[in-house]
Amino acid sequence: MEAVINPEEVKVGIAEWQVASSPRRLVTLGLGSCVGIALHDPTTRIGGLAHIMLPDSSQFQDRVNRAKFADLAIPDMLAEMLSRGACRSKITAKIAGGAQMFTSGDRHLPLLNIGQRNTAMVRQVLEELGVPITGADTGGNYGRTMIFDLMNGDVHIRTIGRPLKKI
Amino acid sequence: MEPWDKLNAIHLDALKEIGNIGAGNAATALASMLGSRIQMAVPRAGVLPLKEITCLVGYEEDPVACVEFTVQGPAPSKIFFLLNEPSAYLLIDLLLGKPQGSTGSLDEMGCSVLTELGNILAGSFLNAFAEFCRLEFKPSVPAFAFDMLGAVLSSAFLEGGYFSDRALVIETRFYSATATIYGHFFLIPENAALEKILQSLGLKLD
Repeated sequence: MEAVINPEEVKVGIAEWQVASSPRRLVTLGLGSCVGIALHDPTTRIGGLAHIMLPDSSQFQDRVNRAKFADLAIPDMLAEMLSRGACRSKITAKIAGGAQMFTSGDRHLPLLNIGQRNTAMVRQVLEELGVPITGADTGGNYGRTMIFDLMNGDVHIRTIGRPLKKI
Repeated sequence: MEPWDKLNAIHLDALKEIGNIGAGNAATALASMLGSRIQMAVPRAGVLPLKEITCLVGYEEDPVACVEFTVQGPAPSKIFFLLNEPSAYLLIDLLLGKPQGSTGSLDEMGCSVLTELGNILAGSFLNAFAEFCRLEFKPSVPAFAFDMLGAVLSSAFLEGGYFSDRALVIETRFYSATATIYGHFFLIPENAALEKILQSLGLKLD
């Protein structure tokens, strides 16, 4: 059975992040080669969800939107959670996305490997910050929606043509 | 400051005209393949954040088929050809000569049919565009995806090597009054292309 109460959902768009607390849910729709990062502190039930597009801001001159890059978005979002009273040592991460959506006869596309590079950078940034990853659903060739329940830290992954999955 | 920040209403009208001419030629090609009329909406052109480009088509989780081309030449651009799920299935039936309603999911054959359809239509689009602007275009081989709109559109940009979170888009919607056919053409000129295209039409940025 689904929960009877449907708490307010906060939508996180592409190249954005949001921080909220229980009983809210954070949702990001249609991750392709982008990666979603859900950070959760179970003690205060504060959490954040980021939808990053690119791995590394140092490769670009235009960094106006910091939330677009894995290396800037994750530390920024973590800092916001801490400023709202989250407990640093309790925070864990769940990640999803990083697919290769398009297939082509052209060898150029898979070589760019943007999904895989996004996932690798997200893992690296989380490791450097000392945030353990407790669940992941990455890679493949399909899109994912993340539904992040701040009450218990559950992240549900919705796809087209696959059963709902909990990570 | 990006080159597109200097676009004025006259420039945008010129870009919409390109959308009109390109998509018009592609819609004619589609109509003659199907033997039925294809209608077109008035093109829209503007600089939009990625999430708003999604909104031009539908909701992030809507299933769509997308054929993507990277176009090289003096005016590097991208072309996306998008179809909603019922249209994708119907077009597979019509193009393979199957009874309508036969296709209910996408197999390898279906992907090939839609990719080839995209190839033909992108070719028609570019021919008209090239003739109008007197520019030469070299499209890449097509790339194909069928999935959630949000995932497909963002990845069409990222996996095609376009990394900005905003884009100048020229969008034309096409549909049929008699059959379930509904889709979109997108032309996305890269920064380097914008000035070239406007110049070819006798317009200047600034």
